[in-house]
Amino acid sequence: MSAPAGTSPRSAAAPARPPPCQNGPVQNQMQFPSGYGLHLENYSAPSGHYPQVPREAIPMQLDNQYGADYHPTCYSVPVQGVMTPSVGPSMLNTQQLYSRAPHPVESAGGLLQGGISSTSHLHTSTPQSYSALRSHYSSSANSSVASQGFPLYSGHYGMPAASSAVYPNLSYPSVSVGSPYGQVFTSQSLPAVGQFEETNAFSDQSTTVPHTLQQQVPLRYNSTSWSTSDFQSAQDNFSRNHTGSPARASNKINTVGIVGSSHPVSQTVQFTKPGVETSVVSSVVTSSVRTPAADHLNEPASVPSVTQPPESLLQEAIDSSSTTSSASPVLNNYDALEGGGYPETNSSTSSPAPTPQVSRTPKPFGYGYPTLQPGYQNAAPPTSAMQPSNPGHHTGFQQYPQYPGVNQLSSTLGGLSLQQPQQPESLRPVNLTQDRNILPGSPVLAPVPNLNSDLKKLNCSPDSFRCTLTNIPQTQALLNKAKLPLGLLLHPFRDLTQLPVITSSTIVRCRSCRTYINPFVSFIDQRRWKCNLCYRVNDVPEEFMYNPLTRSYGEPHKRPEVQNSTVEFIASSDYMLRPPQPAVYLFVLDVSHNAVEAGYLTIVCQSLLENLDKLPGDSRTRIGFITFDSTVQFYNLQEGLSQPQMLIVSDIDDVFLPTPDSLLVNLHESKELIKDLLSALPNMFTNTRETHSALGPALQAAFKLMSPTGGRVSVFQSQLPSLGAGLLHSREDPNQRSSTKVVQHLGPATDFYKKLALDCSGQQTAVDLFLLSSQYSDLASLACISKYSAGCIYYYPSFHHSHNPAQAEKLQKDLKRYLTRKIGFEAVMRIRCTKGLSIHTFHGNFFVRSTDLLSLANVNPDAGFAVQMSIEESLTDMSLVCFQTALLYTSSKGERRIRVHTLCLPVVTSLADVYAGADVQAALCLLANMAVDRSVSSSLSDARDALVNAVVDSLSAYMSTASNLQQSTLIAPNSLRLFPLYVLALLKQKAFRTGTSTRLDDRVYAMCQIKSQPLVHLMKMIHPNLYRIDRLTDEGAIHVNDRVVPQPPLQKLSAEKLTRDGAFLMDCGSIFYIWIGKSCDNSFIKDVLGYPNYASVPQKLTQLPELDTLSSERARSFISWLRDSRPLNPVLQVVKDESPAKMDFFQHLIEDRTEAAFSYYEFLLHIQQQI
Amino acid sequence: MESVVFIFSLIDCCALIFLSVYFIITLSDLECDYINARSCCSKLNKWVVPELIGHTIVTVLMLISLHWFIFLLNLPVATWNIYRFIMVPSGNMGVFDPTEIHNRGQLKSHMKEAMIKLGFHLLCFFMYLYSMILALIND
Repeated sequence: MSAPAGTSPRSAAAPARPPPCQNGPVQNQMQFPSGYGLHLENYSAPSGHYPQVPREAIPMQLDNQYGADYHPTCYSVPVQGVMTPSVGPSMLNTQQLYSRAPHPVESAGGLLQGGISSTSHLHTSTPQSYSALRSHYSSSANSSVASQGFPLYSGHYGMPAASSAVYPNLSYPSVSVGSPYGQVFTSQSLPAVGQFEETNAFSDQSTTVPHTLQQQVPLRYNSTSWSTSDFQSAQDNFSRNHTGSPARASNKINTVGIVGSSHPVSQTVQFTKPGVETSVVSSVVTSSVRTPAADHLNEPASVPSVTQPPESLLQEAIDSSSTTSSASPVLNNYDALEGGGYPETNSSTSSPAPTPQVSRTPKPFGYGYPTLQPGYQNAAPPTSAMQPSNPGHHTGFQQYPQYPGVNQLSSTLGGLSLQQPQQPESLRPVNLTQDRNILPGSPVLAPVPNLNSDLKKLNCSPDSFRCTLTNIPQTQALLNKAKLPLGLLLHPFRDLTQLPVITSSTIVRCRSCRTYINPFVSFIDQRRWKCNLCYRVNDVPEEFMYNPLTRSYGEPHKRPEVQNSTVEFIASSDYMLRPPQPAVYLFVLDVSHNAVEAGYLTIVCQSLLENLDKLPGDSRTRIGFITFDSTVQFYNLQEGLSQPQMLIVSDIDDVFLPTPDSLLVNLHESKELIKDLLSALPNMFTNTRETHSALGPALQAAFKLMSPTGGRVSVFQSQLPSLGAGLLHSREDPNQRSSTKVVQHLGPATDFYKKLALDCSGQQTAVDLFLLSSQYSDLASLACISKYSAGCIYYYPSFHHSHNPAQAEKLQKDLKRYLTRKIGFEAVMRIRCTKGLSIHTFHGNFFVRSTDLLSLANVNPDAGFAVQMSIEESLTDMSLVCFQTALLYTSSKGERRIRVHTLCLPVVTSLADVYAGADVQAALCLLANMAVDRSVSSSLSDARDALVNAVVDSLSAYMSTASNLQQSTLIAPNSLRLFPLYVLALLKQKAFRTGTSTRLDDRVYAMCQIKSQPLVHLMKMIHPNLYRIDRLTDEGAIHVNDRVVPQPPLQKLSAEKLTRDGAFLMDCGSIFYIWIGKSCDNSFIKDVLGYPNYASVPQKLTQLPELDTLSSERARSFISWLRDSRPLNPVLQVVKDESPAKMDFFQHLIEDRTEAAFSYYEFLLHIQQQI
Repeated sequence: MESVVFIFSLIDCCALIFLSVYFIITLSDLECDYINARSCCSKLNKWVVPELIGHTIVTVLMLISLHWFIFLLNLPVATWNIYRFIMVPSGNMGVFDPTEIHNRGQLKSHMKEAMIKLGFHLLCFFMYLYSMILALIND
């Protein structure tokens, strides 16, 4: 789909390209040619500054720019002699514009994203200006406003507005649209940046580069005869590029095919950009180096393999620009650069240049850093969804196509508007006590890390990988000052619609820290890459040089591994300790009287029968069954038997397997027997009188059965285990349920389950627990079996097949998902982070086998993890930090696979920036995890206090940084405005609430969920979403699969929003409540619920009828859309205003006061008091 | 008699020093990923009680033999050992729990504790040695 899209603009652009070389600049580059022209005219006298120029100007520029290859050559430029200026002027010009830019801004504190990105833009555009200069420069000068040319220009300089005035004209949308960190990536990818350390980039820049520089440069320009040679090569490239177009299109298609999982081409293409830039730069440089030898004409010919690269480059350029709205002008620039530069890339490798770079590597990121700073401060933060991109850029953008004369003027105006010191949206102070409607109408989105647009595109999706602080503080001291938790929230095995799968014999990893190659590494040259976590320089293996996507050689930076932050490798046998295990499923079913009475067996067997063919696995899939009451029963399902054989082991003190094999049988070979057993099981125990439950022995038997292979054990338990090993006693005192003081027994009563879980984990067996009980079953102890074996826990309180149909339905739907979802066996997960950061605590269901290795016997797509980090060493020299999660697992098809996610985040030095980047949802989820640990290890009240203190500390820390705020009010940065609300919601959550009657098992289950749910689901559990659904309209509706899904605004969770004449839907994650007001509109009841009036609506209504009315359709499509967004099917419960179930609904209205807890406003006052 | 007390203390102290070194080595093995948490913890948990007993015996011995200074010196450490042993939550597998040891910097604090104990036992060792020689000379 995207392939044609990619090609079409290109073909359109192809014929247009030659003109752009000459006229193209008119719009975009207007100032350049004219500026140049003027320079030429005005400063024709050669000056003695020549040697000085490259030294001062180039280095600075380099710091902001691409780099690696660039540097050495640039340095060598003076030595090389004549050709130097060809590089020099372009850069100089850029640089000088640039140097001016940050200045007014910095002083004004205003914003200037363009500032940084402009360097790259300018740079990109240079070739064009060359060409313009060479052939047409006089004309372009005329056509542009620049008849006033330089004077006007300089006039701008004087004004603070100049920065912005210049940017919009020059800015280059496709490269970095509104990216505050235009250079981030590049600077990161510059291993050689350190080379210019002595000349400090940013601060010096302003002082060392007077305007005069600009004037000098053109001089050199003239005096040296560079233009002929350089241009010629550029022209060659152009022509080649044009011819290459058809080939490129086919390349594209290949791309899609190879990736396999229809990864969109456009994405790939965008990603390629950074790599492109680097190579381009290097080529530009080399050309200048080589030209003195006067063999520029040979160059294109001498590098035959190069013909391909320019094409793909172009393709990228085009594609990337086609993704932005303004395609053509941009395109021209880019092409010009690409065309002009690229062919020499290969020669650059042969040049001696790279060597010094490598030796200079120690401070790779340090350099980029200064560039970040001003950009960051000025940037309108992308964190806020409201402000899509920076205003400065916008002005430029809109005025862009305008008449050139107007262009400058308007951009000046734009610059003026930029002048106002603008704070990032996320830092806007919010007065919490006064702002009554703090909750936004639309779902809260994850803040986007403040990176340049290239990195943003490359970065890992926040759904899989999120950090509580999207701006990482530089030191632990700064982190302590901010009083916010630092950690990661992971959802690594999430169901993905598109995932590049890479099959390659060697998986490229860093040799010292074993990091997988990722988009944020830097290529020093074609043969070496530098790890972004430990900074070791590694060799690029030979195979990696070949790119299966483009079928080209010599482009390691375009491999899918380097283009996608989420990839999956098919691992070789090096990643196996034993042959990949088959999918093995064992079901351990409680058949005591209690369980039979509840009637879950029918549902389980039915679901299994239905989904038997959909169980993930291959031909080796094995399955087995164990049932237990006071004895343990095994089932011999050996192929060839006429019917399943039950083998009873009554010696529960020393459980043994009655037959060594044929208890776990091949699913396909014994399918008939299995089906027989499943249909017979529900009725086999109907008359049982056995009330005891020997869960422990059954689990031991299951462990013995599974240990040769590993796999998944699903345990269904309906009561407190009362026999054999692991027996438990009731610990709950019902009178203490609503105690406000002490909640005991949150921890396990015995270590039996923990030990067994660790044994299971060692044998790659995970135990999933389904607890379906009506009484206390000590989930706190039982949960250990799943917690440490990386299983999952499901709890159905007061389950009964007929008395509680909602739970029965939920079990059925959960089972469907559970049985058919993806599964990974014998998995391990490792989380690596940039040197200096260290992970000290892990949350989730797994066993931490060694310092950073999580052992996951099974991994499922619904499992979330969290880790806490600390900053061990100050991150002084870095502008970026990266985190990488690698999950190695055996797929159900017996393939060993590695799923790798990489997240890249900027480092900041100021407290304000740390607050600006706070991700309130992630922080809350991490706090919830920490609070669970605290309540188990210490006490619930401790954990509650800690939660309140977290809010108090962070807000008071913020208020003390912003000294100009009145201290009497409660102020929060916009990024944290929901923090108190969420914490209050957490305090009222089942896991942490006090005062309200909460059964111990319910509480423990909520805690288990907090530990193991991914962020999206956890947020709904903590802070449900409330919608009004009786007046759904199509306004703002979205279209999903040909369905119109209305998007009603979120309501705040307060009874004041509930009106008696309305109907409201509350989405609590695992349950939906529909609350109907007493005087609800009859038409809604009739059209949506299918009852004539309010009185006739039954108390227990669990689904909406399919009525053929518009409002019914809307309501149903909205609800099913909500359902689709989560793995486990939530139960729908219609709550009438007078029904007893109303209490369940009202307890979720967390902004209201309850007898035991604060209302939101009271909570704010409480916080304010504490501050 | 006094010399016998100190000779016994000295031997006991040597054993405790070895135990501390063993703890440190095993914990650093875990830190360096040479062994996994499970085996590390089961190794160490075995020795928690012997260590506790060994140290308590010396402490009690000092009390009985009325060496007040040495007794008071030993008392905090002995108390800490006992407290730590008693306070293990019912669900944990001992003082060293494989599921917790990597969390919340527990490994580091265990390491620190072992180091401090090693230093303490070394100090005691020389003290007992000195006292023993003194006692032998007096005899």
